[in-house]
Amino acid sequence: MKIHEYQGKEILRQFGVPTPRGVACFSVDEAVSAAKQLGGNVWVVKAQIHAGGRGKGGGVKVAKSPDQVREYANQILGMQLVTHQTGPEGQKVRRLLIEEGAQIVKEYYVGMVIDRSKQRVALMASSEGGMDIEEVAAHTPEKIHKVWIDPVKGLTDAEANDVARKIGVPDAALSEARACLQGLYRAFVEKDAMLAEINPLVLTGDNHVRALDAKFNFDSNALYRRPEIVAMRDLDEEDPAEVEASKFDLSYISLDGDIGCLVNGAGLAMATMDIIKLYGGSPANFLDVGGGADKEKVTEAFKLMLKNPKIKAILVNIFGGIMKCDVIAEGVVAAAREVHLSVPLVVRLEGTNVDIGKKILAESGLPIISGNDMADAAQKVVAAAKGK
Amino acid sequence: MSILINKNTKVITQGMTGKVGQFHTFHCRAYANGANCFVAGVNPKKAGENFDGVPVYASVMDAKKATGATVSVIYVPPSGAAAAIDEAVEADLDLVICITEGIPVHDMLKTRYKMQGKRTILIGPNCPGLITPDEIKIGIMPGHIHKKGRIGVVSRSGTLTYEAVGQLSALGMGQSSCVGIGGDPINGTKHIDVMKLFNDDPDTDAVIMVGEIGGSDEEECARWIKGNMKKPVVGFIAGVTAPEGKRMGHAGAIISGGQGGANDKLAVMEECGIHITRNPAEMGRVMQKVLKG
Repeated sequence: MKIHEYQGKEILRQFGVPTPRGVACFSVDEAVSAAKQLGGNVWVVKAQIHAGGRGKGGGVKVAKSPDQVREYANQILGMQLVTHQTGPEGQKVRRLLIEEGAQIVKEYYVGMVIDRSKQRVALMASSEGGMDIEEVAAHTPEKIHKVWIDPVKGLTDAEANDVARKIGVPDAALSEARACLQGLYRAFVEKDAMLAEINPLVLTGDNHVRALDAKFNFDSNALYRRPEIVAMRDLDEEDPAEVEASKFDLSYISLDGDIGCLVNGAGLAMATMDIIKLYGGSPANFLDVGGGADKEKVTEAFKLMLKNPKIKAILVNIFGGIMKCDVIAEGVVAAAREVHLSVPLVVRLEGTNVDIGKKILAESGLPIISGNDMADAAQKVVAAAKGK
Repeated sequence: MSILINKNTKVITQGMTGKVGQFHTFHCRAYANGANCFVAGVNPKKAGENFDGVPVYASVMDAKKATGATVSVIYVPPSGAAAAIDEAVEADLDLVICITEGIPVHDMLKTRYKMQGKRTILIGPNCPGLITPDEIKIGIMPGHIHKKGRIGVVSRSGTLTYEAVGQLSALGMGQSSCVGIGGDPINGTKHIDVMKLFNDDPDTDAVIMVGEIGGSDEEECARWIKGNMKKPVVGFIAGVTAPEGKRMGHAGAIISGGQGGANDKLAVMEECGIHITRNPAEMGRVMQKVLKG
């Protein structure tokens, strides 16, 4: 689960990482009064969307007067901000962060991820702040310094100092930089993060260190014990179909093709998308109904897929283990009737009670196309989507 | 024979008295020699009781002492599952299989840290378990699709493993053992560990390796295969069509920072001499072709 920059900064401050002072705003008037309240003579007007690359897309502006704050807030609030992470349609800006300006001497990159092969939290730091870290990793990997953190000892003073020195933090700011790194690690662990980035972390003219940005992604499996993180969720930033699916415990991802897929199991669901593509079609979604799908879940899954106006055909691919094919078949028939299905439906059933399942489909009187195996079903649904 | 488990394996079930644990224990006991294999359950509040003839003990250690069991399977809900693994490791079992899906990743980091220097092998979490056909099934896979034979199967996914097994059985190729290693980013046994066991198993002739997007375990396994594997390997990776940055169901199935894409994995596997297929419906037929030479 992702959050906004201003929310990430709230978390950082709780863990002793200093940030510029700022106020989150939902309207232009709020933005102007926030600037007045903050005081000073330079403010940064920052679009708050979950995607990165906001500055390049025109979502971050430096204002030198309250009137300029008003002008930029007016421009940014409500715009469709397009970045390399939003896709061509962009993301509507609904929130702003108004922040005091900072005098920047040097920019650093600091990030944390879960290293799967080392099975540790990895701290990554670089002197190349403000840049896309993947670019740095591709072209100048020697500029990225890593520490694999011992979960019992945590990030030690010696490790934090060493990394800070390697990325070029001057001695006068070393203890503050160390506090930032250690604070970020504690936030990462105590809030169940999967990814955290401060890009850039900056050195100011008076040798202070400040987090100028904050990006967090949290482990959705741990949200049950992090109500304060759940409270930060912004559904406007998520795909409505994916939000709707999560209410029914369905795992759904929108794609840009025209063949809906309903599958049990994540691996088989991906493989189903792949085989559709292999036979010349294009999947409209990833949809895993999970191991315990019943009639209600299958019906909701059909409704979700059919909300997509691009859908031209649907493929149901079930390998029944725990889930019995007859139960799925009943669900498919009931769902097809309830939603008055108007696109071709191909069903492939395999596994427990497959014969009863196939019989239920055949006797339903519905124009269901039966797939004998995965390849047959995929070829049939691709043909159906092309109107053949 | 088989790898990791056989008809003489004695199994403790952690979380046996819950709904999921009861359901699967029933089916595991009904499969092949299961009635003699599943000898104990663990629940501190229900020690001394028995479920369907299986005695319940207060702890894994008690269950091990009373029954001589060396393996446990875990159905404990996510919030307590990592602690259940810790308990099995503390009891010095040979093998722990964690079926539970949805364990917080930071819990698994701590558990894996504590497992350093211990001899217990962990399979999972978030996995279907493992099976040696006609001998024993430990987990949630449908037993009836399997057939005894000489092909090993290792996979990160559940139903996609059944797909591979179903294709093999339909073509008359039975399986020595099938291992689901799970779809989480932080897990125990990886492809490479299972591959080594299959390589050393005199009753396995060839292996199907099923992977998916995310991480680099398949690549590491492929590089090991290139230098060491004496048996043919057929490989498939799910997620060629998956977009970057989206978690595809499994917590571990995500392409991030340009890493973990299916095409890159397939390219490395092919380079390392694995017989890859891009068609998930062809895993069985490719294996048949490879074995016929």
